[in-house]
Amino acid sequence: MPPLGSLVRTGDIYAVVARATTASIEPGRKPIARGKDEENEAAIYTENPQLAKLLRSEFGAVVVGHKDGDKIYHYLPPSPARIHAFVYLCQPDEVKNFSKSFGFLNILINTRLETPNDELIAATLRQMSRAHEDSRRFLVAAGKELAALLSQDFTQLKSILGRLL
Amino acid sequence: MTERLGIVTNASLEKGVDVRLDGLVSVEDMVVGRYVTIEGQRRRFFGMITDVKLGVTDERLTATPPDTTDPFITEVLAGTSTFGQIHVSPMLTIGGDAESIIAGPQPVKTIPAHFTAVKLASAEDMELVFGKEDKERFHIGNPLDMETKLCLNLEEFVKRSNGIFGKSGTGKTFLTRILLIGILQKSQAVNLIFDMHSEYGWLGTSEGGAPVKGLKQLFADKVAVATLDEESSKRRKVSTDFVVKIGFDEITPEDIAILRPTLNLTELAVEAAYQLRRIFGKPWLRQTLELNEEEMEDRIKEANIHESSLQSLKRGLQTIGRLGFVQKDAPEDAVKSILDKLERGINVVLEFGRYREINAYLLVANMLSRRIYARYQQRMEEAIAAGDDALKPRPLMITIEEAHKFLNPEVADKTIFGTIAREMRKYNVTLLVIDQRPSGISEEVMSQMGTKITCLLDNERDIDSVLAGVPGKGELKSVLSRLAPKQQALIFGHAVPMPVAFQPRDYSVKSYKDFIATGRDEARKKPAKEAEELWE
Repeated sequence: MPPLGSLVRTGDIYAVVARATTASIEPGRKPIARGKDEENEAAIYTENPQLAKLLRSEFGAVVVGHKDGDKIYHYLPPSPARIHAFVYLCQPDEVKNFSKSFGFLNILINTRLETPNDELIAATLRQMSRAHEDSRRFLVAAGKELAALLSQDFTQLKSILGRLL
Repeated sequence: MTERLGIVTNASLEKGVDVRLDGLVSVEDMVVGRYVTIEGQRRRFFGMITDVKLGVTDERLTATPPDTTDPFITEVLAGTSTFGQIHVSPMLTIGGDAESIIAGPQPVKTIPAHFTAVKLASAEDMELVFGKEDKERFHIGNPLDMETKLCLNLEEFVKRSNGIFGKSGTGKTFLTRILLIGILQKSQAVNLIFDMHSEYGWLGTSEGGAPVKGLKQLFADKVAVATLDEESSKRRKVSTDFVVKIGFDEITPEDIAILRPTLNLTELAVEAAYQLRRIFGKPWLRQTLELNEEEMEDRIKEANIHESSLQSLKRGLQTIGRLGFVQKDAPEDAVKSILDKLERGINVVLEFGRYREINAYLLVANMLSRRIYARYQQRMEEAIAAGDDALKPRPLMITIEEAHKFLNPEVADKTIFGTIAREMRKYNVTLLVIDQRPSGISEEVMSQMGTKITCLLDNERDIDSVLAGVPGKGELKSVLSRLAPKQQALIFGHAVPMPVAFQPRDYSVKSYKDFIATGRDEARKKPAKEAEELWE
């Protein structure tokens, strides 16, 4: 499962992982508690190999941009991702390339999600900062961009900045 | 090229330009009085920083400040949510097209557009405005926080009466000495300096330092030192050129009129002086002091002089008579010796020695200047009548200290200095007024001054009087009142294209060489040039 805030790509579309769930494949059927007598968590899965088939993990990602040829655009692509298209976790080089500028932040601020926006933005920037050699410099630059975008809402800005380091 | 400071966010011709500083520029580096350039699309603006302030995008920031111990948050917020602002008064513009570049800087008649970039003025910019050191321009100091040489066009400077102001101990004397050296080197004008505290001629004092050389020591062949007090000059080992003595007959009732407040005379007593002159003629003062009461009564019975006025006048005249340099018969005509020197282009410093009281200073300065001025007026009129510019006397600049005693509203009409200040350069005589209480000087005289240089002033009335009538007065006021208490000054007016705060150049053992060297270089250059012309 890709971590919260990591950049993924499908086709030419980039998205940021915004939520993740693991649940039973049948809706309405809740997993029951197991492993009362086991020594550790891993043992539960070795004892019950069917679990892997009965449970399903899902993640949702917010589209934050797309690629046209070599150029990256920080706005929504003309068409959605295709069904059955493969999704890849972006490698540091690609992350670095994508996060050269911060146009995507505006999308993240304005999307309505189950995950609090502040958390998602902070997580995204933290993830991206790992791809940069000078991650602190990256975060300062991103922080400044956020300060400009959130110039009228210092409370939100403060809460995001508090989650960056 | 200098780094960008920020961008214009607001501007009005009347109120000046607001500049939002970029994140990396520290507010603390912005000091009032510094020059900036604003690079407009079609023209460049020159302006002075007149205010520095802080801004926030969201008022909540001021109510609940962020955690300032976290360097990350501070770094992010600097220049974004929290930012510095400077207020700039635009002073001059230079257009971008060839024509306007040749025309040079012009007064500001418009404002830069939104978000125009603002930079600190570079050395080249300052040079463009104030010019390079050349045969007319003299390096008087450096603009605040800059290495650039600030040059003053002294040929223009001496065309008008000028003032140097500042509280006591702010460096007026040093500044004056530098300017006098400049005039000596760069201009045709000669100086007559009434040196109350004997600081310009031979040796000057410097606060907390070794004494500094005076003009005579630096430019022996261009400066003559006259003294009123030979003993004091000898004691101080000053090589004086001549001694000034004043004869009783040289003093006129007008001279007494100026001394009225300091001698504590009544109006009637001064009136009596005029009447006595009418009766006795030129030797009125001698007669008044020498005649006994009966003879006196005899002579003045037809004039209506009250006994008490006469006594009051006599007391005053006795005070004057007691001054050592006032003698019954002066051996030689002091005015003539001074004029001789001045006509030969030699600057004259008159030392007062121990006669530091204001009476002596007022009397001598006023009396000598009046007669010198009369002579200038005569020669100027002759030159104009003959239509020959060559006959015109050399421009003369008279330096007076404690100027408010000569130029206060009460006596400004009566003293010769009031006349010189008002009639200005018509007769090629101007004033260099040095004073610590400019508010004491008559408004009319202040308004006629060409260039004013002021060190720190902190009295509201003094500041108002110095800045009266200057565009952007309110803003200059904040610059003026924040000058350092020493060695910083603000110059504005006729001889400079725009006001500028500066640090006068060094005047110490180290700088003598520079002063003399520039003088000598020019002397050397001249023949070389003439020789070149021969071969052409």
